[in-house]
Amino acid sequence: MFFAGMYGFFTRTNLITMLMSIELVLNSVNIHFVAFNKYLNTDFIQGQIFSLFVIAVAAAEAAVAIAIIINVYRKLRDIEVKDVSTMKY
Amino acid sequence: MGEIIFYLLGLTVLVFSVLTVTTRRILRAAVYLLFVLMATSAIYLMLNYTFLAAVQLTVYAGGIIVLLVFSILLTSHINDRLEVGSKIRRISAAVLSVIGFTLSFWVISSANLKAHTNVEAAYDIRAIGFSLMSYGDNGYVLAFELISVLLLAAMIGAIVIAKKR
Repeated sequence: MFFAGMYGFFTRTNLITMLMSIELVLNSVNIHFVAFNKYLNTDFIQGQIFSLFVIAVAAAEAAVAIAIIINVYRKLRDIEVKDVSTMKY
Repeated sequence: MGEIIFYLLGLTVLVFSVLTVTTRRILRAAVYLLFVLMATSAIYLMLNYTFLAAVQLTVYAGGIIVLLVFSILLTSHINDRLEVGSKIRRISAAVLSVIGFTLSFWVISSANLKAHTNVEAAYDIRAIGFSLMSYGDNGYVLAFELISVLLLAAMIGAIVIAKKR
């Protein structure tokens, strides 16, 4: 799932689908944390706690990204990555 | 029986995640992402991590997907097909993904991991609550406070950015 998200992040030209690929990457990392926690050391709660933190950070970052995307759409009327270059120097 | 369900869920996650990143219609990508998130929540439930499964369903499948769908409806022309990157970019990204996948698969499967034998220690929400709020060895109260500050900052930032002038 991690590499599917990475592939999507490299190939997509629409900003919202890039955000979806990032969500895939974060989900795969969560599954890794939880699975290794359960498999290797069960009296160790850190995997689950850290997964909760990763979910919270992902939610916050998705909200800010959507706000930026909406702002970009207001200016440019389109959300392609190659048009968002007004912030370059 | 549990194994069959786990393989089914894993297959769902893999197939739908690949479909999410390669489909050409944007609303379908959001729906495939929803299926991926629900399947991962089912995987958490199979591992007896009930609180994490509930949080995943509420925050991810309930919150972020709704946010994504709303922003898709507000900002895209739905009937158009999405463009994909150039062929060079797609091929090199696919090659990189396959190389990375085989590398990490090889590393994980050749590592000497011992399975823990005490498998019936399931964590209820009381243990998670104690762990999030305690100061001592297993305490995460600092990270908890930092996450709350981060959420506050994200909320303020999102409102300020998306406000109409």
